Amino acid sequence: MIRDITIGQYYPAASKIHMLDPRVKIICTLLYLISLFTFKNLAGYVFAAVFLAVCVRLAKVPFKYIMRGLKPIIVLLLITVLFNLFLTPGGEILFTFWRFKVTEQGLRTAVYMTIRLIFLITGASLMTLTTTPNALTDGLEKMLNPLNRIKVPVHEISMIMSIALRFIPILLEETDKIMKAQTARGADLESGNIIQKAKAMVPILVPLFVSAFRRANDLAMAMEARCYRGGAGRTKMKPLIYNRRDYIAYAVMAVYMIAAFSAGRYLPFHVWIF
Amino acid sequence: MEMIKADKLIFEYEKRDEEGNVISTSRAVDEVDLDIKPGDFIAILGHNGSGKSTLAKHMNAILVPTDGSMWVDGKDTSREEHIWDIRQSAGMVFQNPDNQIIAAVVEEDVGFGPENLGVPTEEIWERVEESLRSVGMISYRHHSPNKLSGGQKQRVAIAGVLAMRPKCIVLDEPTAMLDPNGRKEVLKSVAELRQKENITVILITHYMEEVVDADHVIVMDHGHIVMQGTPREIFSQVEELKRYRLDVPQVTLLADELRKRGLDVPAGILKKEELVNALCR
Repeated sequence: MIRDITIGQYYPAASKIHMLDPRVKIICTLLYLISLFTFKNLAGYVFAAVFLAVCVRLAKVPFKYIMRGLKPIIVLLLITVLFNLFLTPGGEILFTFWRFKVTEQGLRTAVYMTIRLIFLITGASLMTLTTTPNALTDGLEKMLNPLNRIKVPVHEISMIMSIALRFIPILLEETDKIMKAQTARGADLESGNIIQKAKAMVPILVPLFVSAFRRANDLAMAMEARCYRGGAGRTKMKPLIYNRRDYIAYAVMAVYMIAAFSAGRYLPFHVWIF
Repeated sequence: MEMIKADKLIFEYEKRDEEGNVISTSRAVDEVDLDIKPGDFIAILGHNGSGKSTLAKHMNAILVPTDGSMWVDGKDTSREEHIWDIRQSAGMVFQNPDNQIIAAVVEEDVGFGPENLGVPTEEIWERVEESLRSVGMISYRHHSPNKLSGGQKQRVAIAGVLAMRPKCIVLDEPTAMLDPNGRKEVLKSVAELRQKENITVILITHYMEEVVDADHVIVMDHGHIVMQGTPREIFSQVEELKRYRLDVPQVTLLADELRKRGLDVPAGILKKEELVNALCR
């Protein structure tokens, strides 16, 4: 049960998107998310949808993987839609439902917001699906490097992140083991109300934490024994270097940004009230 | 010049109360002298709490002596400026295979040491390839360490140390958490290393079977060196070994019993074949 949790759910495939430099993917995803919030009419969203569909197609990630990413936000999506639909004033009143009035503006905001959220999550999960967690931390480290000058420990943060990612499966396995061991000793983890269940977690969490600290201590020693002394003077086995395809990706992104921005603002393309 | 030399080395663990005052000290290593020459295969044996791991951690400057001194490759470990040179020339492999692998891909983990040393990128790749080849793990280079067996993880850890091009490798109970097959794998890699690369090997263990190929065996108990000599010399003193709570290999034990009953079997038999030959003579 506990093993189903996947973090940074990477989908391995040999696609053009997978091969891009992680920095390209991070920056382009950010730009894409920004572009979603600049649109004032339907044309922009149509443009964004086409762009996203092409990217998904290029990434060779099955559609159902992407849909899976949307599941956790369904509740959030519903709440956003309801609030926007019923509580936004402005424009002509389309229909009244008990005490709530649905206005033209409300319907418009609700629909736009839904599209935005869905595209936003899809775009972001496309990035995590096509980039290994380690490549992501590497990319972030390199991008945030200028922050070193204002004494932000960028290298250390990225090291912490990649070690955390490495130990997630190990600690999950350990949790499994401890749960079994405690069940074998008569611990009841299943029954009772929420408070009782929370209390039953204590005999699992305590040994888990003790062991995590022991591992941390061992790992720190092993890293020092292999001459780890922070980021200064360190070389990289796999340095990030931009390739031709990365520059092409940036160029495509720039074209998209300009086109989508102008279309989303100035293209006179309207369907009914949208 | 000695690879590793200890002179009256003492190490004390301090127990402190909440204000940081020392309540009690316990001596883990007590006046130990060592002389290890380049290319030697030294085994340090001892029961739990004999101080063998504490001694090993001195060879990598993870611990520094409370009193006395330790030199690695002619450098004093208590001098701060030598610490990284020492750690590069005396690599260390630890007991728990999971807790010493840093990266999420085998080859990146092997590259971790050279990265820290500031080795240029192309050379890191060469070293990684060479090290993985010499422990027979090259075909696993793109795998995640989580999917490997204990013995394989330990071999990756050895490769990680080799990639730093050490003169000496200290293995601190590398097989304690492995199954018999994993133990065999790791010991085979260590034996091959010695033959091919001529690296000084210091193996710390409490399995006596693992030390029969060593050039020199040191037995520790309560922080002292209590016995030392060639494996044959050590194993011929079965009664004394039992006193230090060490399990003598079965063959040696059997040969010893036979000798006591009056059979003409030489003392200090280490391997099955030797006993067979002695009996069939």
